[in-house]
Amino acid sequence: MPYSSQSIAKLYFIAAIGLFVGQILFGLIMGLQYVIGDFMFPAIPFNVARMVHTNLLIVWLLFGFMGASYYLVPEEAEREIYSPLLAKVLFWVFLVAGALTIVGYLLVPYAGLAQMTGNSILPTMGREFLEQPLVTKIGIVIVALGFLFNIGMTVLKGRKTVVTMVLLTGLTGLAVMFLFSFYNPENLVLDKYFWWWVVHLWVEGVWELILGAILAFVLIKVTGVDREIIEKWLYIIIAMTLITGILGTGHHYYWIGTPTYWQWLGSIFSALEPIPFFMMTLFAFNMVNRRRREHPNKVATLWALGTAVMAFLGAGVWGFMHTLAPVNYYTHGTQLTAAHGHMAFYGAYVMIVLTIISYSMPMMRGRVANSNKAQVVEMWSFWLMTVSMTFITLFLTAAGILQTYMQRMADVPQSFMVVQDKIAIFYWMREVAGLVFLIGLIVYLVSFFVDKDGDAVAEPSA
Amino acid sequence: MAEVFTKSMARNIYIGGSVFFLLLFLVLTFDTVNNEIPKRDNRENLTEQVVRGKLVWEENNCIGCHTLLGEGAYFAPELGNVYVRFGKSKEAIKGFIKGRPVEGIPGRRSMPQFNLTDEQLDDVAEFLKWTSEIDTNNWPPNIQG
Repeated sequence: MPYSSQSIAKLYFIAAIGLFVGQILFGLIMGLQYVIGDFMFPAIPFNVARMVHTNLLIVWLLFGFMGASYYLVPEEAEREIYSPLLAKVLFWVFLVAGALTIVGYLLVPYAGLAQMTGNSILPTMGREFLEQPLVTKIGIVIVALGFLFNIGMTVLKGRKTVVTMVLLTGLTGLAVMFLFSFYNPENLVLDKYFWWWVVHLWVEGVWELILGAILAFVLIKVTGVDREIIEKWLYIIIAMTLITGILGTGHHYYWIGTPTYWQWLGSIFSALEPIPFFMMTLFAFNMVNRRRREHPNKVATLWALGTAVMAFLGAGVWGFMHTLAPVNYYTHGTQLTAAHGHMAFYGAYVMIVLTIISYSMPMMRGRVANSNKAQVVEMWSFWLMTVSMTFITLFLTAAGILQTYMQRMADVPQSFMVVQDKIAIFYWMREVAGLVFLIGLIVYLVSFFVDKDGDAVAEPSA
Repeated sequence: MAEVFTKSMARNIYIGGSVFFLLLFLVLTFDTVNNEIPKRDNRENLTEQVVRGKLVWEENNCIGCHTLLGEGAYFAPELGNVYVRFGKSKEAIKGFIKGRPVEGIPGRRSMPQFNLTDEQLDDVAEFLKWTSEIDTNNWPPNIQG
């Protein structure tokens, strides 16, 4: 680790992992509520558990992206962070704001929280993923601006690389698109139209730039392949991301009061959205096969390959499955959406954050790579989490197909709750897979403490 | 082959492609918002009461369990067409919301008791009625949502 200010990332990564644990616990609560409807009712109703589950995910991924930036930008720019103090202050602001918001969700009925925080001044709450009170949203903007300033100044005053420019573009896009969370038209159709400018243009747009930049950085480090080659791949991947993903937004404009031409545009362009993910898989495997060094951090390479494969399956294949308008007419808003959402978020964004953590944490703890034993434990956690997430996705897919048929396609369509009872077995199996995921996560936590003083793998000669 | 396709070509595709499709998206958005949505969103019936109802919908986090036009959570029934499913009766919607047991239903999913005022109940029912009259290209496929 050439620059001491890189170690600020450690703070961000520890917070990210802590919130990740919270996210999974609430996921298990919701999973149980699917089959034991009154579990924890009325103390934690489903809507509260879900809000905590999804908001924790977003916040911990943002912590992960910020940590990744603080780690990789100094190394790329070849200078210290512009202001380490600002990075630390913003960390605590974000953590406290995030924690208070979650506590608010859990302790105050949502309507009361809306009243307390002055939602009537500018109503922005109560929309999926954007449930945060106005004051939290403003806090997020302040933290994002401060963070962008800090990273931007570091980049501008140092060496500019393709990796940092793409990362900075992605982060700027993230902040800019979030501003649409303050725009909540009284007309539901317009509200929904622009709500997707945050949600879709984040996860199927600018976040993919961040993903690509982090992946490129790690691959440069662990494979030693010439930067020129990696940067060319990065450009072409993100080119395909935006060429397909921007008009791909149209696949959300089929049934919300929008014109029919979106059914054509959305179907065609979103059907192409798997291409950049497939290229990412080719990219990762190609670079590892053409590696010029044997980096001792094997598990970081495993995460890098894993994220490329799982992002392609989750975002690419599972997304394609229900993206064409004639298919989506029947599958829209069923468990298939949940299946796709789980594997896509895990594959693309959870795993890329775990990739950079896996690569950088040993460095920040004073070694190039963890001991063999610690790496093996981490590999166990990789497989436990990845395989169990695959099963969660498969069970939800089975539930979704049955739901689509019984509720929407059968000769005598049945009501929502009747169908839910009939597919309960798949929810039970999903919950079991979820428990295995939790075990994988515990193993992951343990891997940080295994063989701490064992023989760390030495720096290889380049 | 690597030499034929250079990094600067890749960069130009990235910048040119993104800018082109971003501009196209903005043009299409302009058309959708100004020319197309007004024909479909039933805005002549978008009253003050509907606006208040949307706020009741939001401030009770209804989207945390239900879908509305297919978007939201998948724990509870679709509500974009609930007005039609409940026999085009606002009273039925209000009665359902009002009648939820405080302690839930043993072993089963239950909607919380939100203690809405009569005015809030009227507002949210009117919002759901208005929503059901949006032209959604015939979605959902049938009354079950």
